[in-house]
Amino acid sequence: MTEPKIRIENISYAYDGAPALRNISLEVQPNTITVFFGPAGGGKTTLLRLINRLNDLVENTKIEGRILLDGQDIYAPGVDVSQLRRKVGMVFALPLPLPGTLRENVVYGPKRAGVRDVRRLVEITERSLTQAALWDEVKDRLDSPASALSGGQQQRLCIARSLALEPEVLLLDEPTSGLDPISTGKVEAALQEAKKNYTIIIIPHSIQQAARVADYAAFFLMGELIEYRRGREIFTTPRDKRTEDYVTGRFG
Amino acid sequence: MNRYLGQRVGFTLLGGLTFIVVAPILLVVGVIVVNGLGALSWEFLTAMPREGMKAGGIFPAIVGTLLLTLGTALVAIPLGIGGAIYLAEYARETWFTRAIRLAIINLAGIPSVVYGLFGLGMFVLFSQFGTSIVAGSLTLALMTLPIIISASEEALRAVPTEFRTVNASLGGTHWQGIRQVVLPQALPGIITGVILGLLRAAGETAPILFTVAAFYLPRLPQSPFDQTMALPYHLYVISTQVPGMPLQIQYGTALVLLTLALALNLCATLIRSYFRKRRQW
Repeated sequence: MTEPKIRIENISYAYDGAPALRNISLEVQPNTITVFFGPAGGGKTTLLRLINRLNDLVENTKIEGRILLDGQDIYAPGVDVSQLRRKVGMVFALPLPLPGTLRENVVYGPKRAGVRDVRRLVEITERSLTQAALWDEVKDRLDSPASALSGGQQQRLCIARSLALEPEVLLLDEPTSGLDPISTGKVEAALQEAKKNYTIIIIPHSIQQAARVADYAAFFLMGELIEYRRGREIFTTPRDKRTEDYVTGRFG
Repeated sequence: MNRYLGQRVGFTLLGGLTFIVVAPILLVVGVIVVNGLGALSWEFLTAMPREGMKAGGIFPAIVGTLLLTLGTALVAIPLGIGGAIYLAEYARETWFTRAIRLAIINLAGIPSVVYGLFGLGMFVLFSQFGTSIVAGSLTLALMTLPIIISASEEALRAVPTEFRTVNASLGGTHWQGIRQVVLPQALPGIITGVILGLLRAAGETAPILFTVAAFYLPRLPQSPFDQTMALPYHLYVISTQVPGMPLQIQYGTALVLLTLALALNLCATLIRSYFRKRRQW
């Protein structure tokens, strides 16, 4: 067994006094795709946003437990949050290009981190767009507004934007929920490719997608982790009755 | 057919109402232009007033108003935008920030003559700036601040939170997000607020009455601590205080003030549309 990339230890989380996560513990292996799935309101997104501390932006929250990245507690005092978020990138359900050109979008993160060398930035742009399977479509219009792209292209641009920082972990929250099947296929292919270099946690937008991409899968229900298994058996031979009901379509 | 008839009656009615609103404005502008255009000449715009202001030009009043507006801008823009950024992006909702907001709203409702008296006490006498451009600009800036702060805060809040989240997720600090993502998108709204505030400052009489304005001073101010003539006060003086004033000069002065205001407004519109075109998503 390799050293886990991320170790979540007894995480409980409450927002405005209402518990959203109850005592979650799980380990994420490096260079794998881990799927968080389950019905809405189960706490998947909340847990995802705890891993790069995006929940810091929300007020009135209470967190217990620890999250370790490479053995380091990311909530320990003195942790540089910007540095953490460069290591743990995130892609959201709705692609939201920043105002400006494609190029400006891709290099936004590196620039904020202090990269000024133009040649470096050009390299980063090509590498990230290639990894996100978008380079061939946009290489001739890098200086046009990002808003002119189609929805599927915008989402791959957002993935490229995260990859530009060369993160170690990539969190994706229903990245294909607004996309057509062809774009979805391209994004999933890009993720399989990206897995070689990154550790990926994804909230899929359907059970079919979960089953397609999962190396590990975790089923969340009402703030609890019900079942966490290696491979795809969770979708064919679930152990817990509640998981079975969900994957066979009895609810959700 | 009946529905379409109703729609047409409705549109006609609304159009008529709009005309009633717009007509007085057109009338005012029209009267001023028709009566004032004859007074306009190169001399009127660039010469000192003569013969107790009944002849010559209004040059020092034009320069005075421009200087006062500039002074107001120098103080009110950084303070106003800075305050708005604090309120919209940094301050948490506490009784303290609620009190600040309440104070700002109340400041906007204070009659301008009260600002004038406050300026007299605070800047002219207590701070010993004397009756001067500095004292006048500070007084006008104080009056302009609530307008700039409210408009800028609203413009900043109108930028969706998701942009701040995206900035954070890409390792940007809070300030980097404000500087790179939020401010550029809020800029058109902020500029509108700034121009509205400055327009009001340029046209006010009461705040400058006790703090800077000279009744008759046929020379340009020599330093920021000098008095100056200013268009609104000059207009008030020649309309009410000087018997036998030629009507044309009064209308001419009003026309110059109006043109300055419109020019400022036009600038704002141009800047705004420029930024809208550049920053779209």
